[in-house]
Amino acid sequence: MIPEIGHFALIIALCLALVQTIVPILGAQTHTVQWMAVAKPAARGQFLFVAISYVCLTYSFLNSDFSVLYVANNSNTALPTYYKVSAVWGAHEGSLLLWALVLGVWTFAVTMFSRSLPDEMVARVLGVMGFVSVGFFLFMLLTSNPFERIFPSPAEGRDLNPLLQDPGLVIHPPMLYMGYVGFSVAFAFAIAALLGGKLDSVWARWSRPWVIFAWVFLTLGITLGSWWAYHELGWGGWWFWDPVENASFMPWLVGTALIHSLAVTDKRSSFKSWTVLLAIFTFSLSLLGTFLVRSGVLVSVHAFATDPARGLYILIFLAVVIGGSLLLYALRAPHIKSSGQFELFSRETALLVNNVLLLVAMLTILVGTLYPLFVSAFDLPSLSVGKPYFDLVFSALTLPLVFVVGIGPFMRWKKAAMNKVLRRLVKVAVIGIAVGLALPFMVAGKTTILVTLGVTLGGWSIASAVYYLLRNVFPAESGAAVMHRLGKIPRATWGMSTAHVGIGVFVLGVTFVSAFEQVRELPMQFGQKAEMSGYVFQFEGVRDVRGPNYSSKQASVRVYRNDRPVALLLPEKRTYLVQQNPMTEAGIDTGFLRDVYVALGEQIDGNTWGMRLYYKPFVQWVWLGAMLMAFGGLLAALDRRYQLKFKREKKTVKAVMQENRLAGPS
Amino acid sequence: MQVLHRPAMFRYFLPAILFSVLAGFLVVGLYKDPTAVSSPLVGKPVPQFSLPRLWDNEAMFSEREFPGEVSLLNVWATWCLACRQEHPVLSELSRQAVTIYGLNYKDDVSEARQYLTEHGDPYAASAVDKSGRVGIEWGVYGVPETFVIDKTGVIRHKHIGVLTQEDVEETLLPLIRKLQDEAA
Repeated sequence: MIPEIGHFALIIALCLALVQTIVPILGAQTHTVQWMAVAKPAARGQFLFVAISYVCLTYSFLNSDFSVLYVANNSNTALPTYYKVSAVWGAHEGSLLLWALVLGVWTFAVTMFSRSLPDEMVARVLGVMGFVSVGFFLFMLLTSNPFERIFPSPAEGRDLNPLLQDPGLVIHPPMLYMGYVGFSVAFAFAIAALLGGKLDSVWARWSRPWVIFAWVFLTLGITLGSWWAYHELGWGGWWFWDPVENASFMPWLVGTALIHSLAVTDKRSSFKSWTVLLAIFTFSLSLLGTFLVRSGVLVSVHAFATDPARGLYILIFLAVVIGGSLLLYALRAPHIKSSGQFELFSRETALLVNNVLLLVAMLTILVGTLYPLFVSAFDLPSLSVGKPYFDLVFSALTLPLVFVVGIGPFMRWKKAAMNKVLRRLVKVAVIGIAVGLALPFMVAGKTTILVTLGVTLGGWSIASAVYYLLRNVFPAESGAAVMHRLGKIPRATWGMSTAHVGIGVFVLGVTFVSAFEQVRELPMQFGQKAEMSGYVFQFEGVRDVRGPNYSSKQASVRVYRNDRPVALLLPEKRTYLVQQNPMTEAGIDTGFLRDVYVALGEQIDGNTWGMRLYYKPFVQWVWLGAMLMAFGGLLAALDRRYQLKFKREKKTVKAVMQENRLAGPS
Repeated sequence: MQVLHRPAMFRYFLPAILFSVLAGFLVVGLYKDPTAVSSPLVGKPVPQFSLPRLWDNEAMFSEREFPGEVSLLNVWATWCLACRQEHPVLSELSRQAVTIYGLNYKDDVSEARQYLTEHGDPYAASAVDKSGRVGIEWGVYGVPETFVIDKTGVIRHKHIGVLTQEDVEETLLPLIRKLQDEAA
C-alpha cells in the first residue's frame, strides 16, 4: 500500500509540475496576473508530493519491504538503520528521486525568498524549474520507477553496495545534488531573463547568492567524495579522474567562473551575454553529468544495469533543455548590450582571464572524459586518457589561475593604477617566493623546480588574500581600532579572502603530497617491523571482527617515531555477507602536517600478509583548502548587502520591470 | 532592433552548434553498447582451471569438458538477484539441447544446491569457484555473465548482464546454430 501511495504521489507531483511550467510562463508572456499567480502554489504543492513520495520509499526501506524491487536490490534486513535511510539513494531509481526532491527543495526556497521579485520574473523562474522537474518525473515514471513491485518477493534483499556503506557516503550524494540542482536556480533566472527579452543586471544581482549557495554545497559534496575515496578505497589517493568524479568537477569549474562573472555583470553591467551563457553552461554540465553517470555511456564497473532506453530518454531531455536554451540564447543574446567600458589593466580583465582559464580547464576535462566516446564513434584504436593526461593538463592550467587569483582583488574596476597595484604585489610576491624557497626544505629537506613553483604560488595566493583583507587595518593605534576596522570589513570580502586562502592551502597540500609521499608495499609477518620516512611500523597480528552485516580481518599495526609510539592503526579487510565483496578499510593516523596510512592486502600464508604503508605529508591540506573555499562561499552568500538589497530594491525593481515591459520588444 | 551582420549572428549560434556536435557523439555512444565491448578472451581457448563440482566435490571440473560440442558457461550465484531473473530463460535454453555449464561464483555451496533443487537445474554441471580465483581467469567482473564456447573449446562470445529471451533468440541461438554447423 505505502509504495503505491509513493507512486501515486509521484504522478500527482508530475501533474503539478506540468501546471507549474505551462500556466505561469504563458501568463508571463501574455501578462495575465491570475495565471502568473499559479506559479507559487503549484510549485509548493509539487514539492509536497515529491516529499511524500520520498518518505514512502524511505518507509519501504526501513520496513525491509522486499516486494519493492528497488528495496530488494539495495537493502537487507541486516543492514544498519542509518544505511537503510541512505540506501534510498544507493542506486539509479532512488538517486533520481533524491534529485527530484532536491529540485523540489530549491524550488520551494525560491517561492519563499522571492517575495520582492517582480511577478513575471517569479512566474518564469518557477516555470523553467518546473520544466526541469517534469523531465525528471517523467524519466522516473517511464523508465526508472523506484516503486516497482516484484512477485514473488524474495525473502531477503541483495544488500546495499558495500562501497556505499560508509558514513562519508551517507551525506556525499545529497550534498552533491544540492550543488548540481542548485545551479538550476541561476539557470532558471537566466532563461527567465532571456524569455523576458530584456537583460539588465537585475537578474545577475538576484542570482548571485543562489549561485554561491549551490557552489558551496557542490564544493562540500566533492570534498566529501574525495575524502571518502581516500578512506575507503585503500589506494591512498584522493582524486582519480574517474568519469563520475569529473562529472561533478566540471559544473564546479564553470560554477566558479559564473560566480566571478556575475560579480562583473552585477557591479559593472558588463559581460552580460557571457554571464547568461555561463549560467546555461553550469546547469547543462550538471545535467550532462547526470547523463554520463546514469546512462552507462561511459563504461564503469558499477554501471551494470545499462539500459539504452534510459540513456535515450536523458539524451532527448538534454537536447531539449540545453539545445533549447542555447537556441534561445542565440536568438536573444545579439540584442543584449553591455554598457560597462573597461581598460586592459582592470579588474574586469583579471576576471575575464579567470573565466577563460576555468572554462579551458573544464573543456580539457570534458574532452578527456568523453575521449573514449569519440574513439568508439570513429573506431579509432583505443588509447587511455588517464591520470597522467589530466594531471599534466590540469596543473598547467591551475598554476596561472592561482597567479591571477593573487592579482585580481587588487585591481580596481574599469581602470587600475598600475604602479599602485604593482607596489602592493611586490610585497606579496616577496612573501610567496620566501615561502616557496624555505618551506620545502623545512618539510622534506629537499625541493625541485616544480615544488618550488607550486609552493611559491600557494604562498602567493595566501599572502595576497590576507594582505588584501588587512590592507586598511594596519598600522593601527590600538587593539580597539583593529577590532573596529575588522568589524567594518564586509562579509563578502571576508568570504572572498577566505576562499582565496583556501586555494593557496589546497595548492600547498597537493604540491607536497604529490611530490613527497612515500609508499612501501611489502609482505609482513606477525611481529615484523618496517621503516619508512622516519616511522617504524610494527605488524602485531590479525584478528577476526564481526560487524552487523560483514565479517572482517582486522590487522593491528603500531607506529613508532624515534622509539616513541605514535599511533595504533587498525586496517581491515571486510567481507560483506550478502554480496561477498571484499572491502578495504584503511588504518589512518591523521595529522596537520602528515598522515600515516596503512592498508591491509592479501593473506600470503598463515602469519604473513601483504601490507601497503604510506607516508603522506600535508594531505589534509587538500581538504582543508576545499573546506576553506566552501566556508568563504558561505560568508559571501550571507553578505548583508543581499539581505538589505532584497528589501530596498523591491520597489525600484518593480518600477524598472514596469518600464521594460512598456518599452520591451513584445 | 538593429540588424546584425551574418558573422556576428553566427557567433551567438556557436554554443548551440557545438552542443549538437556533442549530442551527436552521445547518440553514437549510446548505441555502441558498452557491454558489447569484446572481451580479450573472445577468440581464445578457454583458460585452464580445475574446480570441484557442485553436486560432487570429489570430482573436478576443468576446461577439458568443453571441446566436442557447442556449450555455454554461465556465471551465477544465489546472492545475485539478476541471476534469478534469467533463470527461467536458461532453463528454457537448456531444454533446447544446448549444454550449459555453470560457474557458481563466490557462493555458499549448500545454498547453491538448495536453490537449484527449488528452481530447477539448467546446468549439465556447475563448477564451484568459491574464492573467485577462476572468475578472474575468465575476466568475470560481475554476475551474471555468459560465455559461448565452440566445439574446439574456443570462446566465441561473451554476454554481460541478464540474458533475456530477446538476447537468446536474436543473438545466442543464431550463433549457437552457426557454431554447431561448423566442423569440429
